[in-house]
Amino acid sequence: MGLGYVVRRVLGIVPALFGVLIVTFVIVHAVPGDPAQLLAGEAATPERVEEIRRDLGLDRPLPDQFATYVAKVARGDLGFSTSQGRPVNTVIAERIGPTLLLSGAALCISTVLGLLLGLLAARRPFGRFDLSVNLAALVGYATPAFWLAQLAVLFFAVRLGLFPLLGYSDIRKELSGLGHLVDVTFHLTLPAVVLALSEVALLSRVTRTGLLQELGRDYVRTARAKGLADEQVLNRHALRNALLPVVTVLGTRVGFLVSGAVVIEAVFSWPGLGSVIVTAAQQADRITMLGLVLVVAFGVIVANLFTDILYGLVDPRVRHR
Amino acid sequence: MSDTAEPLVIAAPARGHGHALFRRVVRRPAGAVGLLLTVSVGLVSSFAPTLAADPFLLDNPALRPPSADHRFGTDNLGRDLFNAVVHGMRTSLTVVVWVTFISAVIGLAVGATAGYRGGLVDRVLMRVTELFQSIPRFFLALLAMSLFERTLRNLILVLGLTSWTFLARVVRAETLSIRTREYIEGARACGAGDVRIIWRHVLPNILPTATVVISLGASRVILLEAGLAFLGLSDQDRMSLGFLINNAQQFLQQAWWMSVFPGAAIVVVVLGINLLADTLNDVLNPLVQHVTDA
Repeated sequence: MGLGYVVRRVLGIVPALFGVLIVTFVIVHAVPGDPAQLLAGEAATPERVEEIRRDLGLDRPLPDQFATYVAKVARGDLGFSTSQGRPVNTVIAERIGPTLLLSGAALCISTVLGLLLGLLAARRPFGRFDLSVNLAALVGYATPAFWLAQLAVLFFAVRLGLFPLLGYSDIRKELSGLGHLVDVTFHLTLPAVVLALSEVALLSRVTRTGLLQELGRDYVRTARAKGLADEQVLNRHALRNALLPVVTVLGTRVGFLVSGAVVIEAVFSWPGLGSVIVTAAQQADRITMLGLVLVVAFGVIVANLFTDILYGLVDPRVRHR
Repeated sequence: MSDTAEPLVIAAPARGHGHALFRRVVRRPAGAVGLLLTVSVGLVSSFAPTLAADPFLLDNPALRPPSADHRFGTDNLGRDLFNAVVHGMRTSLTVVVWVTFISAVIGLAVGATAGYRGGLVDRVLMRVTELFQSIPRFFLALLAMSLFERTLRNLILVLGLTSWTFLARVVRAETLSIRTREYIEGARACGAGDVRIIWRHVLPNILPTATVVISLGASRVILLEAGLAFLGLSDQDRMSLGFLINNAQQFLQQAWWMSVFPGAAIVVVVLGINLLADTLNDVLNPLVQHVTDA
């Protein structure tokens, strides 16, 4: 794999990063009224408003302001969160772990499940299993993740008492090491499965369509002609090529998963970025909201970068485009 | 499905009379169910004020399970949930109709102009499109709704101004493949101007694909609106399904109905639109794979 390809890709995200900064800057300035007052919030003291004005250089011309904004973000300075009483980057650093854990676990679950469902559905197109998966995918597309989360809480936690209702770990027990790990996994199961189910539809459909397209190609006919069993043709030959579109949707899925995660966290009292967003929304803490949006947007851009590089890794043709 | 705006193949555009299209849609089970759901939701929303009383009335006993008096039960403040769900659907539909209109106009205009003019115009417009796509739409809306006043109008504007990018890319790709066709050359030779060519010759040929993309986008808008309302970032003076589910959160252990009915209403609305979109895709673009696969 050429190093040049990776470097080209990494440099390619710079416009996107600037895009995020431009869009957020424009939105803040599109709001009628004084941006300093807006960012400080209605309840802020005049001193605080002045402080923000000075801090962001809001009394200077627009290009200067943008430069100040970019420089601050580049230093990792996202301002001070009034709703949390600490700097925004401290808040995010503290809370991003559980959100990443939840999204990561859901990504693993839905990848395995999506590939499996797609593979099984493609074995007999328009068969009973395929149609059931198709129907489930349609309903899955239509179901908001946070509502699915409430249904899961209602059924598995309230009704059956199988899973803990809320939270990240059991604070009544002071566990460490392996015990703590088991406890967190136990609390993680329900939110992660719900989040995974809310986006597994996409992957299962992409896998199925990819496989069916591959099955119509010449090399598949050759493989069949030399006497390979259907099973082997599917698993050994077609699946490998059908995985390409599966890699392309990875970036889209990360954006989807993180959006889903922050909303679902509210249902499970999962101590990630979701609760920070809810508090910031209630208290009109715009600086915190801005910082969160920046971090998430940058995260999704980096995820897309990895997708691109991974894509080049599995498909050599991409590198030479 | 954001990165796959490849040019879609157009089989002879299935235009013709409205009733012929209608027949072909309802002949398929998915189309019939989708149309039935969508039309019902549309009727319920249009006649919400006559079907259901003011959803903010607090004059009922609190936290009652579904009964003959209160078909969907009542919430913690004694609001009737049937009334609330009906008015919530109306809010969802209001938002989706306006957002779809705004994003369709922008998406068609940007996509057709970029694809038809090409060159610098194309590059600039596509850069702007990528700019909008660089932030996940949900978070962009979160930020905007926390900065602007939380009114229904602002919510519609925010979602409308951020929901056109996928359509623009699809339309651009289609226009690129159409603009070199002979009948476009012919029209130009007859002295037709750019605007006339785009309006009379390019857009009608894009319509089948655009219809499908637009209707699928509509169902995503409903889920976005519900998600924002669930986080408390929508117009508090309008009843909304997401707000109802948010309110149900604290009472999950006592009142399952507070969560189940509003959520089911969202599924009905979105499923109806999706089924209709899928069927339209089958009927209008027979050579194209299901859009939900892309």
